[in-house]
Amino acid sequence: MSAARCCGSPQALAGIFVWHLKKTGIRQVPCQFVHLCRAPDGRLITFQYFNFLRRMYVTQYNKDLSQRVKPKSDSVVSPFRESQLDQERKVIHKITPVSPVHHPPLSELREIKPAAETGDPARPPTAESKEERQWREMKLRLDDLPGILARLSKIKLTALVVSTASAGFAMAPVPFDLPCFLLASLGTGLASCAANSINQFFEVPFDSNMNRTKNRPLVRGQISPLLAVCFAASCGVPGIALLTMGVNPLTGALGAFNIFLYTCCYTPMKRMSIANTWVGAVVGAIPPVMGWTAATGSLDAGALLLGGILYSWQFPHFNALSWGLREDYSRGGYCMMSVTHPELCRRVALRHCVALIGLCTVAPILDITTWTFPIISLPLNLYISYLGFRFYRDADRSSSRKLFFCSLWHLPLLLLVMFSCKKSLLEKEEKGDALSGSHGRAVEIRLP
Amino acid sequence: MAAVGAARALRAGGCRYSRFSSSFSSGGGERAGPRFRPPAGSRRDWIGPPDKRSNLRPVIFHVPPHESPLERRLRELREETQAWNQSFWARQNTAFQREKEEFIYSRLKARGLEARDETGQKVTLSAEEMADFYKDFLRKNFRKHMRYNRDWYKRNFTITFLMGQVALVRALRWLRWRSTNAGNQ
Repeated sequence: MSAARCCGSPQALAGIFVWHLKKTGIRQVPCQFVHLCRAPDGRLITFQYFNFLRRMYVTQYNKDLSQRVKPKSDSVVSPFRESQLDQERKVIHKITPVSPVHHPPLSELREIKPAAETGDPARPPTAESKEERQWREMKLRLDDLPGILARLSKIKLTALVVSTASAGFAMAPVPFDLPCFLLASLGTGLASCAANSINQFFEVPFDSNMNRTKNRPLVRGQISPLLAVCFAASCGVPGIALLTMGVNPLTGALGAFNIFLYTCCYTPMKRMSIANTWVGAVVGAIPPVMGWTAATGSLDAGALLLGGILYSWQFPHFNALSWGLREDYSRGGYCMMSVTHPELCRRVALRHCVALIGLCTVAPILDITTWTFPIISLPLNLYISYLGFRFYRDADRSSSRKLFFCSLWHLPLLLLVMFSCKKSLLEKEEKGDALSGSHGRAVEIRLP
Repeated sequence: MAAVGAARALRAGGCRYSRFSSSFSSGGGERAGPRFRPPAGSRRDWIGPPDKRSNLRPVIFHVPPHESPLERRLRELREETQAWNQSFWARQNTAFQREKEEFIYSRLKARGLEARDETGQKVTLSAEEMADFYKDFLRKNFRKHMRYNRDWYKRNFTITFLMGQVALVRALRWLRWRSTNAGNQ
C-alpha cells in the first residue's frame, strides 16, 4: 500500500485532490487508482493509492499536512502520550478537486465537516465558532438511513455471525438444501441485527465514553432510541418467525434464546461481573449450532462440537482485545477480566487455545470430518497456542495484538479446512449399506 | 442547571419564533448552558459536539408551540436525564484523571523520579504498572456504577416508552386530520 506524498505548499493544496476517506458501514466509496491533477501553477501532480479496507487520515499539526496510512487505532495507543496527539487534529474528510473537468456536486462540499476536537485555549474566537459549527440538527435523512442502520446493527459482526451459522449448516451430514440454507442465514442475520441494536440502545452513555464506540449512531444522535427499538423489533420478530416457521422450531428457539442471552444477560452483566465473558462466549457459540439444527433438525454431538470450537475461540479473541482497552473499561465501569484479574485473563486465553487442538481431534471421532482435519489444523492451532503462550508469559500490548489479529484469520481458515475435510455422505452411505446388506441376506435365507 | 431563561422570556413575550430549552451545564457554574443558539426557524432538536468532561453530547430540545402535557413530560424527563448523566460522567471522568495523576506521581516519587523529564514532557508509566490503578479504581467505584446502571436503565426505558406514546398520539392526530380533510373534499 503506497501513497506518494502530496507536495506541501499551500498553493498546490488549494483544492487539488480527491481523497475518498471515510468508509462508513457497508457503503463502499469508489476509489480511483491514479489521480492526475493540475496545480494552479501548472505543475502536474500525481498520486496513487490503494484504498482497500483501510481508512486514510489526513492530520494537521502546526500547519503541516501529513498523511497517516494506518489508522490511529485508539484501542492501542498508550493513554499517556499526551503532548503531540492532543494537538493533532483530524482535519479533512474530503478534499474535492477543483479542475474544469471535474465539478464536485454541492452536496459533497457540504460534507466537509471539521470533526476536530478543539481543545486549544489559545484561540478562543475560532474555537467557539468551530464548536458552533459542530452542532447538528437532529433530523433523520433518508439517504443516510442505510448507513446508520448498518452501523446500528453492527453489520460486519452480523456478517461474521451468519458465516459461522452457514459453516454449521454446511458441516451437517445431510444433503445440502439451498432454500433451507438461505432461510436459515437470513433468519440468523436478522436476529443478530436485532440483538446488536438493542445492545447499542442500552449502552449509549457508556459507548460515549469509550474511544472504540464513541461514533455509534445513537451516541451521535443520528437516530432516536425509539427508532432503534422499532428497528430491532422489526428485525427480530420476522427473523425468529422465519427461523421457527421456515426452518424448524428448534432453530427458532435457539435464535430467540440467543437474542435474550445477549441483550438481557451479557449486556447488563458486562458491568456487574467478569462472568460476562463466559456468557458472551456461549452467545458466539450458538450460531453454528443453529446452522446445524437448521439442516438436521436435531441437536447432535456434531452441533455441540462446532459450538464448542467457537466457544473456545472466543476467549483468545476477546481476552487479547480487552488487554488494550483496560483504561477505558476501568473508567467506564466495565467488569472485565483484563482489569480485575489480569492473570486469569491470560491463563484462560491460553487454556482455550490449547483446547482447540483437542476439539479438532474429536471431530473425526464423531464422524464429522476425516482424520486429515486434525492433522492439517494442527499447525494452525499450534501457532495460535504459541501466541497464546507468549501473551500469557509477556502480558504486554504487542503480544495481545498479535494474538488478537491471529484469531481473526485463524477462525475462517479453520472452518474452511474443516469443510474441506468433511466426511462425504457417499462414504457414510456405503458403510451403512455394507452393514445392512449382510443383515438382509441373513433374513432371506430364513424365509422358505 | 436549567438554561431556559431566554426561552421563557420569549414565551412570555408571545414570540412566534421557535423556543428551545436545555438543561445542560458544563459544570462548576462556569457557564449556564451551551452558548449555541439554534436558528430561529428550526423545529427540531439540536445535538452538539461531545462535552470535554463527560464525553456526552448535549441536546437542545425544541419546544413546540402547542406542547401537550405528555410531550412536556417527555421533554422534561429527557432534560433532567441529560443533566443527571452529565453530572455523573463529568464527576467520574474528573475523578479518574485526578486519581490517575496522583497514582503516577506517587509511583514516580517512590522510585525517586520527577514528574517531568528534561524535555518537560510528562513521564508516563507503562500499561502494566497502571493496571493496579485501573483495578483499584474499578473496585472503588463498583457500587456507584451499580446504582447508576439501575437508574440509567429505568430512565432509558421510561423515555423510550414516552417517546412511543407521543409518536402514537401524533400519528393518530395526523390520521384524524387526514380523514377530516378527506371528508371535506
